[in-house]
Amino acid sequence: MIYSKIKVLHSHGWQYIPDLNDVTLTEEFRGRPELTVTDDMSDVEAAAKLCPTGAISTAPFSLDLGRCLFCGECALRAPRNIRFTNDYKIGTTSREALVVTPETKQIDFHPELVRKEIPKLFSRSLKLRQVSAAGDASIEMELNATGNVNFDFGRYGIEFTASPRHSDGVVITGPISKNMSEPLDICYAAIPEPKITIICGSEACSGGLFSESKAIDRHFIEQHHVDLWLPGAPTHPMTFIDAVMNLIGKKQR
Amino acid sequence: MNYYITNNTATQAVAIKDIPEVDYAALYDDLKERLKQEQYHVAHYFATPDENRLMFYIVLLDDKEHQIMLARFAMEYYDDIALPSLTALHPAMHPYEREIAELYNVKFGSMPWDKPLRFSENRRNRNSTIDNYPFYTIEGESLHEVNVGPIHAGIIEPGAFRFICDGEKVLHLEIALGYQHRGVETEFTSTDNRLRQTLLAESIAGDSAIAHTSAFAATIERLTDTAVSDSLATERIVALELERMAMHIADTGALSMDVGYQLGQVACEALRTMTINTTQAWCGNRFGKGLIRPCGTNKPLTKEKIDMILANVEQIGRRYAEVSDDIKSSPTLLSRFEHCGIVPRSEMLRIGGVGMAARASGLVRDIRSSHPWGKYATETKHESISQHDGDVMSRLMMRCDEVQQSVARIKSLLEGYTPETSSARPDYECALKSEHLSFGLIEGWRGEICHVALTNSEGKISTYKVKEPSLHNWLALALAVRGEGISDFPICNKSFNLSYCGHDL
Ligand code: SF4
Repeated sequence: MIYSKIKVLHSHGWQYIPDLNDVTLTEEFRGRPELTVTDDMSDVEAAAKLCPTGAISTAPFSLDLGRCLFCGECALRAPRNIRFTNDYKIGTTSREALVVTPETKQIDFHPELVRKEIPKLFSRSLKLRQVSAAGDASIEMELNATGNVNFDFGRYGIEFTASPRHSDGVVITGPISKNMSEPLDICYAAIPEPKITIICGSEACSGGLFSESKAIDRHFIEQHHVDLWLPGAPTHPMTFIDAVMNLIGKKQR
Repeated sequence: MNYYITNNTATQAVAIKDIPEVDYAALYDDLKERLKQEQYHVAHYFATPDENRLMFYIVLLDDKEHQIMLARFAMEYYDDIALPSLTALHPAMHPYEREIAELYNVKFGSMPWDKPLRFSENRRNRNSTIDNYPFYTIEGESLHEVNVGPIHAGIIEPGAFRFICDGEKVLHLEIALGYQHRGVETEFTSTDNRLRQTLLAESIAGDSAIAHTSAFAATIERLTDTAVSDSLATERIVALELERMAMHIADTGALSMDVGYQLGQVACEALRTMTINTTQAWCGNRFGKGLIRPCGTNKPLTKEKIDMILANVEQIGRRYAEVSDDIKSSPTLLSRFEHCGIVPRSEMLRIGGVGMAARASGLVRDIRSSHPWGKYATETKHESISQHDGDVMSRLMMRCDEVQQSVARIKSLLEGYTPETSSARPDYECALKSEHLSFGLIEGWRGEICHVALTNSEGKISTYKVKEPSLHNWLALALAVRGEGISDFPICNKSFNLSYCGHDL
């Protein structure tokens, strides 16, 4: 009995990522895209037509990460114009900053746009409540993974709580279904002030594939100030970790 | 009764006119008898408007003869007669009849559980809303109710659970779902962009992205007469088994966490990370999004990737076996997992349980062996694993054994495998055959996934139906906790790990 445990422990070894500021994802990972204007933009037009969420605009050329599901098909259709890098640092403070243009070399994070009380109150302890409002489970699993043995985000005092009353903010995933819109309002109301709102995943940012669906109700987003917008389908744990560290002033991109 | 007979290796969709149109009375009489036999179960049953009629389609599976049987019947849209309910005889039919009733106001006479299924946006009765779900109640002085959800304590999807307890003991659990309803099926028909439809399939249940997209791809390939190449068939099975491994390991970790077995939890977390990072190194996404595409692939395997996958699964299999051994030799864990949350085989059969959970109760429902497709139909015949007891331990042991089986399968498919030099790319343009019915039938990690598409005279998808295994198995969870202490609910729940969004669509 003890022997089998030692065996597991021995094989398990040392799993946690020692420095969360020094993580590079596989080359295959699709993070921040880079856009290039060429004389002939017909490929971009074709890619824009193909894009399942209408994330690409042609005039002027831009790609909205808040809508993008990172399928990578546009880059295959317009390889000279669109290339996905493995840069996962794509979370930011405003919805507009998620729009990538040919000039974009990184997704900027503007600390001056963060409400003053956030770094002051939460830089050493941030407890969050997660509400899945029609998230597809992959994104919820990625948020769970932020606290797992590899990422161990808890080392910075950042954790998810079981009750809104114990939390400092809410992390919303999914396009927000009509059937979840009221529970979300109730949960949000139960969080003590001051509270943070984090929108996690491209589906939450824009509704994604469901932005036109009648089963969606996005009044919450219209009515509340959002502190952090995190694209992704799903949002990679490192995207979440990087953006939250910036938000609480523990890191500057 | 006359059915159109096909099977899961069929490469072509079925012309709708070739599907026999029968009377409901004949279908009812036939199913009444047939469903008493274990070899038959219904993979899908739905209604859809067809001009001024409502057309019902049934997809019946014959596990013994490996056949897929199709039939349909019509009803005038405004007919106000009640159809005798099949659920009354075979409870397994309940989600189908409830959906049809919810969407089209069709009445099923003597339906024992006449409740909304998911409060779809396009339901008929607008007064029935999810916050007034008609929960079952029992009166009694010693009884109390416990309400959990829709938002749960952990980072998981929403659903409302109402327990009726006698002290600590659960007498009854009812699960109200629909909070995750996004209108997936409607979105499939409101676009002609095939890539958009593919991504919709990927998002039906993000933890089963590969399985659902495989079902979608099969559906489309049958509608376009596309032959799947040998290497594409191989790579799809490798992807599907990687997904199975990742989720089975994740659930082993979750069960470990819930009983305070931290060693197993962290070991499984790390192993799951390794599994999904393998998928990510293959296709750029940890859940395999972007990997399965209709009629081809953007991510063909290369020599380097094959070696990487083989090396990783070898290591994952070995380390995971050590965790399984430790679980089996730890009396404190066994005392929590054994004899807890039992669903006997007979109950599983009655309620139409599928997949891994059904096999844990000794009911072998496994599309890989009963209706093999692709490589399962040719090179790698699948021997289903099963258990007997139907308790939490059995469901955990299913995972332990199936992970090893997946490792072996991936190895047997990839060792000595040379990928094609140029593999077919996805095709988002090719025309679909008009007025056909097509299907995709896949065994995902939870169980049987069935997609059905109907095309109209212009070759557009006019109806798209999705069946997630969770549609059947939620009821199994409700039965599993009866008589258990309410504090055992978390491990019962994790032992099934069912999909909310896949159910709610
Ligand atoms: S990667 Fe994003 S922008 Fe490109 S096609 Fe896919 S969803 Fe559209």
